[in-house]
Amino acid sequence: MPKYKTEPLKCWQKAKEIRANYYRDYAQAKEKGGLRWCGGAWSFGAIPAGLGDDVYPLTGEPYAASIAWDKEFSTQCLEAVERKGFARDLCSYMRNYWGSILLNRYVFGGPFPKPDFVWQDHICCSHAKWYQVASELEGGIPMFCIDVACGPYSEINQNKLDYVVGQMHDGIEWLEKITQRKYDDEKLIAAVKDECRSTSLWAEVCLLNKAIPAPLDEKSMFSLYVLGTLMKHSPVVADFYAEMRDEVKDRVARGIAAVPDERCRLMSDTQPPWGFLKVFRYLEEFGALSIGSLYTFGLIGMWEDQPDGSWGPKKTPQEKGMEIKDRDTALRVLAEWNLAKPEWQHFYSPRHKSEMMIRIAKEWKVNGIMLHYNRGCEGLTLGIAENRLDLVKAGFPVMTFEGNMGDEREFDVEMVSSRIDAFLENLNLKKL
Amino acid sequence: MFDTFRRWSKERHSYAKEWKQRTGGKVLGYFCTYVPEEILYAAEVLPVRILGSHEPSDLTEPHIFGGMFCPFSRDCLAQGLKGRYDYLDGLMIAQSCLHIRQTFASWQKHRPVDFSYYLCMPHNVQSPHAEGYLAGELSQFKEAVEEWTGRKIGTNELNSSIETYNKSRRLLNAVYATRKQENPPLTGEEAMEMVVSNQLTDKSEHNRALEELLKGLPERKLNRPTGTRLMLIGSENDDIPFIRMLESLNATVVVDEHCTGTRYFWNEVDSGEDALRAVARRYVQRPPCPTKDWMPRRRIEHTLQLAKNYQVQGALLIQQKFCDPHELDIPAVRSALEGAGIPTLFLEFDVTVPIGPFKTRCEAFLEMLQQEEDLF
Repeated sequence: MPKYKTEPLKCWQKAKEIRANYYRDYAQAKEKGGLRWCGGAWSFGAIPAGLGDDVYPLTGEPYAASIAWDKEFSTQCLEAVERKGFARDLCSYMRNYWGSILLNRYVFGGPFPKPDFVWQDHICCSHAKWYQVASELEGGIPMFCIDVACGPYSEINQNKLDYVVGQMHDGIEWLEKITQRKYDDEKLIAAVKDECRSTSLWAEVCLLNKAIPAPLDEKSMFSLYVLGTLMKHSPVVADFYAEMRDEVKDRVARGIAAVPDERCRLMSDTQPPWGFLKVFRYLEEFGALSIGSLYTFGLIGMWEDQPDGSWGPKKTPQEKGMEIKDRDTALRVLAEWNLAKPEWQHFYSPRHKSEMMIRIAKEWKVNGIMLHYNRGCEGLTLGIAENRLDLVKAGFPVMTFEGNMGDEREFDVEMVSSRIDAFLENLNLKKL
Repeated sequence: MFDTFRRWSKERHSYAKEWKQRTGGKVLGYFCTYVPEEILYAAEVLPVRILGSHEPSDLTEPHIFGGMFCPFSRDCLAQGLKGRYDYLDGLMIAQSCLHIRQTFASWQKHRPVDFSYYLCMPHNVQSPHAEGYLAGELSQFKEAVEEWTGRKIGTNELNSSIETYNKSRRLLNAVYATRKQENPPLTGEEAMEMVVSNQLTDKSEHNRALEELLKGLPERKLNRPTGTRLMLIGSENDDIPFIRMLESLNATVVVDEHCTGTRYFWNEVDSGEDALRAVARRYVQRPPCPTKDWMPRRRIEHTLQLAKNYQVQGALLIQQKFCDPHELDIPAVRSALEGAGIPTLFLEFDVTVPIGPFKTRCEAFLEMLQQEEDLF
């Protein structure tokens, strides 16, 4: 008899539809007279939203993850990039993305839809350079990039904020110039509010996973958090996350589990190997699940200390009663909101990441930690060896496995499964 | 003539310890050449660049994942973990690539010193906001240095430090200019020793040595043919055995574009009413590291200009293994050079380099260049 009841998520189909519409809308933007832009999942998407409702983004990382899931096409993309002289140890998202341009093939069908402009931000060494090369491969697409690497949020000051906001203001002038469209501040303000709402709501969803049994497993969360990486500034995503939050809350109230035999709660780190998500299902054979990670919680989710000292969703400006009436205020809110992003903090020191990981491990009652030494992403694997030492020191069992989120040639599923066996056996678990 | 530079480079730790004893000043180790040394020097601190030792080591694996992060950053950390820099009073980094940041973080954690500082050097150096932003960060940094040293950095001290550093840059440029000659009076190895030692010593003392050198250079003749004129481009590179091997193959390195070379000293701090702002301008406008070269690319134009001015016949693109910023630039740099008629050879460096196989590749490259000369 399973220990807990389980049932599929009711909102699952809707999440799939939102994602499918997103990629379809981008591909078909020109048929509607709209604009296309490309950039990273962390770019300030709320800003181009001020150009109109027919402006469609393609964020590079989730698009590349979709390619990575299609192993055959991914290999073709990676090899096409290598033929152009690029090193195979570069960011595998970036290489999959470039390969899709070089092969002129959109992973969702048809030729690769050429964007009108690049709208990027930069905190990882690869961010601006990714689109510098992408722009060149496309024959010189106009590009604007905002540097957000101005230190951890705990050290934020007016000078740092002014630097980011100044670039944002320049970016709006640049957008007007290259698109010949008049910028609408009201649309910007609405998008900023929606971004704050969706990213705070996602944290609220993750918070519910503190429950035992966990209502969500991380493999499912990968398919849900991704909407925030596509268009976190969109009311569609914010409304969906509100709906999902209600459903997950209901699952917790009714004791509905993600994994019916939950007896071991794990935590992962960095992007998963997208072509091998089955390793997360493999855990379930031991009655183990990953309840999430700083990656799934904090890549787009926004968090802050709660009055009781725990970690919880960051209060939105709307919830604080703040009014956003003009462009400058909207940009300042957007900049400050994003500079507090959990996954931006470790770019300055692994200490920040260790503190958050230990906090999650304690508050979500984690029994063990799996660290993915992810050769595909230097940004999120940054400092991971020091994180390991800190987690071990804090008393958590830790296993590591080497792999690559987007290059299947660097992932040995048999070896990783063996490591999982050994790790879980050390946690006194046997297959059910 | 270059013995002093060679000694300073080889005996860098003895030099710093002796300097400390002699002056009673503090020594700060730094990563990345975006560190505004002028501010430290104004507070009578000796800034020394932390470099590797080119010795294999397994000390760093628990701290930096060696399977994807650059050997230079791991080699630098190994020096700290081995205690070779135990005389340091301070440690700092100016924000550059992710790889070397790990070295700073691990060093800070496992070999703590009295003062450590992460300077948020902007990446978007082409933004009109970068200079003002950096000036603000420098102001904060200056206050931190004042508090650490207990020494107020006044306008006179800062201007005097800037002048010392500018003089050093002028002198290095003057020495480099002599390499434009048909038969340069110094080898690439000697130039490398000179610039590396410049990053490790008191600029006033180094300036005196450079002035002496410049007096003697016009009369200096190398008892060797110049051979093929080469340029070194790339990631950090202070590998003396490699350049010595390269120059043993009837070739001379006449110029470089890397951070233990021209990128370190190329431009000066302009005079201005606001000294901090002027320092900020210098670092924002200097020849960029690939991490900061967007958009558009400026590094390529600068590299091509150097190649032209120094009549370069071939370029070696040197990349520290896993160095993402350079990996991102190399295809474009290579294409631009070859488009300008300058053949290239790509070499991936590790903590130690395989001299034998590299020699074979360099010989083949040089033979190809020399054949072209014969044919045309």
